[in-house]
Amino acid sequence: MPSPAYLLKRVDFIFKDEKDWKEILKNSINRPAHELINELISSELKGRGGAGFPTGLKWKLTAEVDDSIKYVICNADEGEPGTFKDREILSKVPLKVLTSMAVCGHVIGSKEGYIYLRGEYFFLQPELNKSIREFKDYCNEINFDFTIRIFMGSGAYICGEETALFESMEGKRGEPRNKPPFPSTYGYMGKPTVINNVETLAHCYTIFEYGSKRFYDLGVQYSRGSKLFSVSGDTPKPGIYELELGMSLVDFVDEFGDGDTKAVQVGGASGFLVPRKGFRETTIGFQGKLTGISLPTGGSMMLFNSSRSMYNVLDNYLEFFREESCGQCTPCRVGCQQLLNGIKAVKRGEKNALYLNKLMRLTETMQYTAKCGLGQSVANSFSAIVENFREEMIY
Amino acid sequence: MINLTINNKKLQVEEGTTIFEAAKLNNILIPHFCYMENVHQIGSCRICVVEVEGGKTLMASCVTPATEGMIVHTNSERVRDVRKVIFELMLSDHPKECLSCWRNQNCELQDLGNLIQLHEFRYEGAKSKDVIDSSSPSIVRDSSKCILCRRCVTVCNEIQGVGLMNPHHRGFSTFIGPSEDELLGESVCTNCGQCVLVCPVGALKEKDSTAAVWEALYDKSRTVVVQTAPAVRAALGEVFAYEPGTLVTGKMAAALHQLGFDYVFDTNFAADLTIMEEGSEFLERVTNAFNTKEKNHVLPMITSCSPGWIKFMEHRYPDQLAHLSSCKSPHMMLGALTKTYFAEKMNIDPAKLFVVSVMPCTAKKFEITRPEMFSNGLADVDAVITTRELGRMIKDAGIDFRSLEDGEFDSPLGLSSGAADIFGTTGGVMEAALRTVYELVTGRELPGIKLHIKPLSGLNRIKTAELKIENPLPAYSFLNGVTVKVAVTSGLKGAAELLEQIKNGTSPYHFIEIMGCPGGCISGGGQPRPVNDAIRTLRLEAIYREDEGKLLRKSHENEDIQMLYRDFLGAPLGHKSHELLHTVYAQRSKN
Repeated sequence: MPSPAYLLKRVDFIFKDEKDWKEILKNSINRPAHELINELISSELKGRGGAGFPTGLKWKLTAEVDDSIKYVICNADEGEPGTFKDREILSKVPLKVLTSMAVCGHVIGSKEGYIYLRGEYFFLQPELNKSIREFKDYCNEINFDFTIRIFMGSGAYICGEETALFESMEGKRGEPRNKPPFPSTYGYMGKPTVINNVETLAHCYTIFEYGSKRFYDLGVQYSRGSKLFSVSGDTPKPGIYELELGMSLVDFVDEFGDGDTKAVQVGGASGFLVPRKGFRETTIGFQGKLTGISLPTGGSMMLFNSSRSMYNVLDNYLEFFREESCGQCTPCRVGCQQLLNGIKAVKRGEKNALYLNKLMRLTETMQYTAKCGLGQSVANSFSAIVENFREEMIY
Repeated sequence: MINLTINNKKLQVEEGTTIFEAAKLNNILIPHFCYMENVHQIGSCRICVVEVEGGKTLMASCVTPATEGMIVHTNSERVRDVRKVIFELMLSDHPKECLSCWRNQNCELQDLGNLIQLHEFRYEGAKSKDVIDSSSPSIVRDSSKCILCRRCVTVCNEIQGVGLMNPHHRGFSTFIGPSEDELLGESVCTNCGQCVLVCPVGALKEKDSTAAVWEALYDKSRTVVVQTAPAVRAALGEVFAYEPGTLVTGKMAAALHQLGFDYVFDTNFAADLTIMEEGSEFLERVTNAFNTKEKNHVLPMITSCSPGWIKFMEHRYPDQLAHLSSCKSPHMMLGALTKTYFAEKMNIDPAKLFVVSVMPCTAKKFEITRPEMFSNGLADVDAVITTRELGRMIKDAGIDFRSLEDGEFDSPLGLSSGAADIFGTTGGVMEAALRTVYELVTGRELPGIKLHIKPLSGLNRIKTAELKIENPLPAYSFLNGVTVKVAVTSGLKGAAELLEQIKNGTSPYHFIEIMGCPGGCISGGGQPRPVNDAIRTLRLEAIYREDEGKLLRKSHENEDIQMLYRDFLGAPLGHKSHELLHTVYAQRSKN
């Protein structure tokens, strides 16, 4: 029976001390690449940025490409509203991330790594650079050729999208590329590139330290391991928590809610909004064939209680997307704006309530035709809020 | 080869073909908008999305490669549905002033609407921008009409390498143009107008000069002279629904007379004159290179007919300006002659003369404002209108172009050789120059079928040829055995490549022809739309037909040119020539 204070089982991998990093680095780079890849594949670690691509497969695909220049990039452009875990990882256990990047370099055959650091995180730079120097010194000591540098972002949300991130690093306007080609063959500077979220790399460290089984044993089918959650909103205990994947949303709300939770935003503005009636049937993890309604998240969990106007929440999201859309494709660039205009018009009574249905069709179009995840995901929150809180939208 | 199914039709295409191309090759039309043949790989408008079985989302067919076993539906319920919504979104941020828009009935957004069949506007909302930048003498940018397809960005960056037109800001506030506070007229814009040519809507257009021309035509106290560039006759017909590549030289001359111009001259006359001046300049430089000890020559010499290219060089390669021929462009020469030679001959006060140039070019509008292009306080040319503007004037005047009887150019500035005709196409100036230069040096005709230098024609970006001089006339004996190397390029990216060679001292050439627009003047920024490689080729062939149809094929055999030198100019590169026909260049800022 869980104790009343902790309904959900806590995990303590990520922020466990990093004092053994030298040993782990040395041991790992003495193992053959395929063995490390298999370790990752059998751990079933999936990308922690939110999209959930299997990490082992990503490394494998990049390792298989024949090219003398490849890159390892750590995506630290943590910009999703309501997420603040990567910042914590980089300030508390940076060497774990650096170690995993170097091991990745060993696996895929790359000598250069970059940390793409969110523009607003400039204050992390001095300490992080210190760690990078310490890390480099050790690499020199053991004759391992791998160099890590920081690349500062400039504050655009879209640059967290991996291909927009490459464009930004290449000195171009941060806009998503067409896919295919994918980063494993055509990434930064057109070279094969592994790009992983900060947290993913921290988990890799855990797997290299304890082996894949310890990781695999956590979580549920299709959603193995633990995950950091950034809990915010109407909660008595906001903060960062490492929890097993596969938990039920109702348990989460019981633990973190204030007793009056009416909805939870899972995965930030681009994620999914779950109203109270859906808590019981929703689990947190990656979509699998057997798991029912399972919602992925990059870690953002925002709780709303009954004092919140869901109209204001949606208005806020749409303002955000209108501003942060890169402005390239029509559905996203114009769609976000006209959605915002649309809900305002309904609220003011200039359009009747049926207009909301037309706006729903618009979000569906965005979902199917926008060029990248940003525009495609606007529909998620929009439809959930409009369907479940229709009254709040109109009156 | 790849097998795929589109709309239940089994197809086979080569690897690397996009879904859009595969469909097009098999006569399946997918409505599209931002797509540009061969170059545009952005997929920004999303009009061309299709359903691929097994895909989570729809895919932009213009950028998605066909893969083995793919099953594609281009007209499923979902596809038709979202296409309408995207089109509505485009319209929601576009002014609906079609009837007063200069692009009315020649607008790709209207064409798309015709295909998509939309009968209601559901998503009325904010308008993102309404800046009109008319600071440039050549191009007007009306951002309220911009649909952000980014074709102009592609052309300006990928094809011309100027890099001025770019997206700025984010989200709904995104706009395309020079950076926020920069005006086109004060920027590195070369005025080439290729962006105007690809703009699907009315967001980019030439600065209209027809009003000034109408005013001059209605002013009884003025003598209004018009001249037409070689490339205009090969494209004007398209405005009146002729097939691309139809020559309308005679009808054009007739229409100009009907519009009320007092004299209709031919810029081709000045093209012949350019050959005389530029050819002589080249020979002078070559003589300096091979026949004197000082070796203070500047080779390769580069042609100077294209004002877009000139401005590009002034910005980008100011240290290499000495390589440019000092010749004014042909229409400027003709303007200067009209206000001197012709005015004298006809006893007209030059101040009462109004010279109009009909050009395939938007950069010529800028060119006439250059301070060097004034002689005795008078502008050499008073107004430049593009082929499109001439088309509009003819329509506006109620002239039934298609039923016009052929007319003639007026004397004495109307006769021209075939060499002048080919000035309108890439490679033409070089060929025309070599026809004359080779004959001056050797006393024999230029070798080659029908006087053509085959490797210099066509649409390749950089074309080169070598010509060995054997048994020259005694005056040029120092050239015996010399192989003259020439290069031709059109489009500014190719120009930059050749200029980098010169800068690095690795250029092997003696003579380079550069035209600012890909394909040369036939697809200049002032020509009728649309322009693509197929249409370029048809216009190019028309120009060569015009050349081959003439008895007079070489500039130096033009009797009116000979008379001009006898009566007025003296000799090529003489004092009068320098005063009227040659110019200087200015260094401009790099950004």
